[in-house]
Amino acid sequence: MKKVLFLLAVVSPIVMADDINKGRELAFDRSRGNCLACHMMEGGEMPGNVAPPLIAMKTRFPERSVLREQVWDATIRNPESVMPPYGRHGVLTEEEIDQVVDFVHSL
Amino acid sequence: MFVRFLPVLFMILSSASMADVEADREAFRAFYAKRFSSIPVEAHVDGVYALDEAKRAQWLEMEEFPPYEFSVDDGEALYDEPFTDGSGYGDCFADGGAVKHLYPRFEGGEVVTMEVAVNQCRVQHGMESLAYDSEEMMQLTSYIAYASRDQLIDIKVPEDALPAYERGKQFYYSRRGQLNFSCSHCHMQIVGSQLRAEVLSASYGHVTHWPTYRLKWQEVGSLHRRFAECNGQVGAEALPLQSQPYRELEYFLTAIARGLLLNGPASRK
Ligand code: HEC
Repeated sequence: MKKVLFLLAVVSPIVMADDINKGRELAFDRSRGNCLACHMMEGGEMPGNVAPPLIAMKTRFPERSVLREQVWDATIRNPESVMPPYGRHGVLTEEEIDQVVDFVHSL
Repeated sequence: MFVRFLPVLFMILSSASMADVEADREAFRAFYAKRFSSIPVEAHVDGVYALDEAKRAQWLEMEEFPPYEFSVDDGEALYDEPFTDGSGYGDCFADGGAVKHLYPRFEGGEVVTMEVAVNQCRVQHGMESLAYDSEEMMQLTSYIAYASRDQLIDIKVPEDALPAYERGKQFYYSRRGQLNFSCSHCHMQIVGSQLRAEVLSASYGHVTHWPTYRLKWQEVGSLHRRFAECNGQVGAEALPLQSQPYRELEYFLTAIARGLLLNGPASRK
């Protein structure tokens, strides 16, 4: 048991970092998340300025689930939102959304 | 009693609808006048170059040797070439082709754009119609646009055209594609802001300058080709050039641009 706990403690941050990296790739990729089209994000080149810069995300979204809902379908909270409904329209898979959310939440 | 007033009622209803076109036009102008209070609303005929100084400077440089010039010249030669029956475009269009400000028109139950009118003219005189994306069609419409420069858009929406106008308007405001954008989202709601490096232009003035030479295309292309690209970039179906929905969309956008100066052909990035 002790051994398993130890393993988890070591392994999970690695998995997390991996997800964050995958999330970053998706967020920057023009043909996938393309978050940069509208949002300034640290490390991303040629961002748009349609929507707020993605900074201090844990302050703005203390609850990861709220942030995830925003990415999944922003029109739930604001019917007039121009943000693409990444989950509802299947732009990204559920797993990919989790990766993007992990990355964005880390900003 | 009711029957007696029916014609009156009908008149009131229909004139109210025509007034709606005028109200839409006023609302469009007011929207952009408010959003960009430092520039005259008519300046939007230059698209993104009305909004971005640096891009405007580059564009003015490009316009010194207009990349659509050959297309206009070749178009003029085609325009003057007689059809096999001895007639020509001059038998269909007045004033040497300076007629773009009167199109699209609503005729025979459909929206007739400049391109469609060119083909109707050809077919009437025993010629084959041209493909809408053909070089010849682009050259002819380049010439017509050039001959029509400085005319003010002057189309009217007759009563029987109102359903087509309404469908065009609905197309403009409908979300579509995987990314779920309507035209109005990009060209009204977030107009003037940047998608990556692209500044979003106002829809008021979107129809004044076609066909247009685009660096991206490396040739002159039509308004409907641009519609198709805007549809495609949000993952929506790009419709065929001169399909009914695109004609009606053009009709709506031109009706609300009544009074604007024609300035085609133009160049764009
Ligand atoms: C995702 C955002 C987006 C959507 C949605 C969109 N466009 Fe565009 N559109 C652009 C961009 C970017 C450009 C190039 C920069 C500019 O001129 O605005 C452009 C350019 C244009 C132009 C050329 C402007 C010029 O001056 O030559 C026209 C016309 C146009 N769009 C019409 C439409 C119509 C009609 C729709 C709806 C079917 C639409 N757009 C939907 C982003 C969009």
